[in-house]
Amino acid sequence: MKYLKDLTVKAVEHPHKKYVLLKLTDHEPLPEMAPGQFVEVKVEGSERTFLRRPISINYVDRENNELWLLIQTVGDGTRKLATLKEGDKLNLLFPLGNGFSDVGKEGEEVLLIGGGVGVAPLLEYGKWLKERGAKPTFLLGARSKADLLELELFRQFGEVFITTEDGSEGEKGFVTQHSVLSNRSFDRISVCGPKPMMVAVAKYAKKNNVKCEVSLENMMACGLGACLCCVEKTVKGNVCVCKEGPVFDVNLLSWDI
Amino acid sequence: MADIRTNIAGLAMKNPVMTASGTFGYGMEFADVVNLEEIGGIIVKGTTLHPREGNDYPRMAETASGMLNCVGLQNKGVDYFCQNIYPEIKDLKTNVIVNVSGSSPEDYAECARRIDELENILAIELNISCPNVKQGGMAFGVTCEGARTVVEAVRKAYHKTLIVKLSPNVTSIADIAKAVEDAGADAVSLINTLMGMAIDIERRRPKLSISTGGLSGPAVKPVAVRCVWQVAKAVKIPVVGLGGIMNAEDAIEFLMAGASAIEIGTANFIDPSVSEKVAQGVNDWLDKHGCKSVKEIIGVI
Ligand SMILES: Cc1cc2nc3c(=O)[nH]c(=O)nc-3n(C[C@H](O)[C@H](O)[C@H](O)COP(=O)(O)OP(=O)(O)OC[C@H]3O[C@@H](n4cnc5c(N)ncnc54)[C@H](O)[C@@H]3O)c2cc1C
Ligand SMILES: Cc1cc2nc3c(=O)[nH]c(=O)nc-3n(C[C@H](O)[C@H](O)[C@H](O)COP(=O)(O)O)c2cc1C
Ligand code: FES
Repeated sequence: MKYLKDLTVKAVEHPHKKYVLLKLTDHEPLPEMAPGQFVEVKVEGSERTFLRRPISINYVDRENNELWLLIQTVGDGTRKLATLKEGDKLNLLFPLGNGFSDVGKEGEEVLLIGGGVGVAPLLEYGKWLKERGAKPTFLLGARSKADLLELELFRQFGEVFITTEDGSEGEKGFVTQHSVLSNRSFDRISVCGPKPMMVAVAKYAKKNNVKCEVSLENMMACGLGACLCCVEKTVKGNVCVCKEGPVFDVNLLSWDI
Repeated sequence: MADIRTNIAGLAMKNPVMTASGTFGYGMEFADVVNLEEIGGIIVKGTTLHPREGNDYPRMAETASGMLNCVGLQNKGVDYFCQNIYPEIKDLKTNVIVNVSGSSPEDYAECARRIDELENILAIELNISCPNVKQGGMAFGVTCEGARTVVEAVRKAYHKTLIVKLSPNVTSIADIAKAVEDAGADAVSLINTLMGMAIDIERRRPKLSISTGGLSGPAVKPVAVRCVWQVAKAVKIPVVGLGGIMNAEDAIEFLMAGASAIEIGTANFIDPSVSEKVAQGVNDWLDKHGCKSVKEIIGVI
């Protein structure tokens, strides 16, 4: 079931000047949402933001009835979202998309790789995996130490490995160069981040014969599978990322890996 | 409570609000957030005789108060529609209208003939105005001769209400409308998207995969209102108006310009429940202005 609702901004945090964490709540319990699903937010008062903006479900705090959105400010729409204040309303169409295909089995070793703001959906996913007895490990990449987000929260759910491009934290380089990939083996991998990073991880997974899921960020208009703007080429032809994704098994995609 | 029923060449509608092709899927996609039966009609995605993959990604670019798209009529073909989609939507208590496209008059006619056989589909909207396909599409809609040829072919194959959707990318839309009326159309709908283009200056390349696309949304509304007004003056058949409608006031503008019904497209992306709200809003506006029926305002300009 999808909902169109005005949620209330309960808290706004600025972990870094380029990011905002919105904690939203409602007067009734928030609907069911699965990790990897996303919301389409309506941005009010930004002249150049006409369409809704797709944002991943970062975390659902059931105890406090909160839905968290972790947003990187890249343009007018996201910058406007960063100016929201406690008590403001935000109109959401949600939850959308398929989410990660497998929410975890007892003892399973799952590697979650995130780059930049692509770490957002992995927090909720890590929580689900841990709750189901699986063992999530996080490999998070960022440009530099200051761009690493929610580290303490990730550590609640599993071990965290880090790479930064400038070497200011963890290993220097890109996630695919991290030693954990050669030292340890995992039952499967899920990855969300910039496309070149996801392609590199997909290549690694293919070479090592590990199941790998990626979460895509194609440009969207409706978010409902109606406009056919967000398509990705797959073995089944063009499919809508907003409806049949955003999470795909890399083997279904027509990527050159 | 004003009487907001309307009709398009005999096709009865509970209210003048329909959803535009390509922006509302097959209706089901929106069922969680809008009451489909409160909408006057649902015009489903462009359907062709054979399946089409559409154009490559990227297919969309946001613009000032609007968007460009070059989806290119991706659909699974008319047989898939008849077998798999029609059964899901045929019992909806609203008008389900199929938008038909093709690359030759024969294709259009055959596609229309197959839809003619579907009992609960009482009308088609013939798309001779899609700017995003190489063959057919808008090519037929930009000359009187091309438009007449396709409409004549389809008229022979299709026996229910035939609405023909016109392109604004022409010198005189009223002339095309008259040609289509002569060829046997029961009604016209307008406008389809305006051909446009946007460039990513950092990458020095067009934002859309096929360079150009169709502009829609509030940015096109004044052009659309002008087209509806000119066409309504030129033909005797009913006119369905669309292009940039976001709310009930916009809808009333089109009705006053001469539209017997309206369609809502891009606005569904911003508020997926907008169609239901516009239907209610038209009613409220009429009540507030002491009009007993929507017919009192249609074509008053
Ligand atoms: C399923 C999905 C989940 C997402 N989750 C998150 C999230 O949790 N947090 C977050 O910060 N962002 C997320 N994004 C990306 C986010 O939607 C875009 O950054 C946002 O739409 C940009 O809007 P804007 O108005 O600020 O920028 P615009 O002015 O629209 O664009 C500014 C720049 O951002 C780029 N951009 C625009 N849209 C996208 C996009 N969809 N993907 C990548 N780059 C884009 C443009 O190319 C442009 O260079 C997600 C996208 C998708 C499709
Ligand atoms: C993403 C998208 C897909 C569309 N697909 C079709 C289509 O398949 N057939 C058609 O006749 N019109 C199609 N259109 C055009 C719309 O039905 C409508 O004519 C146009 O968008 C103008 O109305 P609007 O401004 O309310 O959107 C499409 C428009 C958009 C934005
Ligand atoms: S965004 Fe419209 S189909 Fe995916």
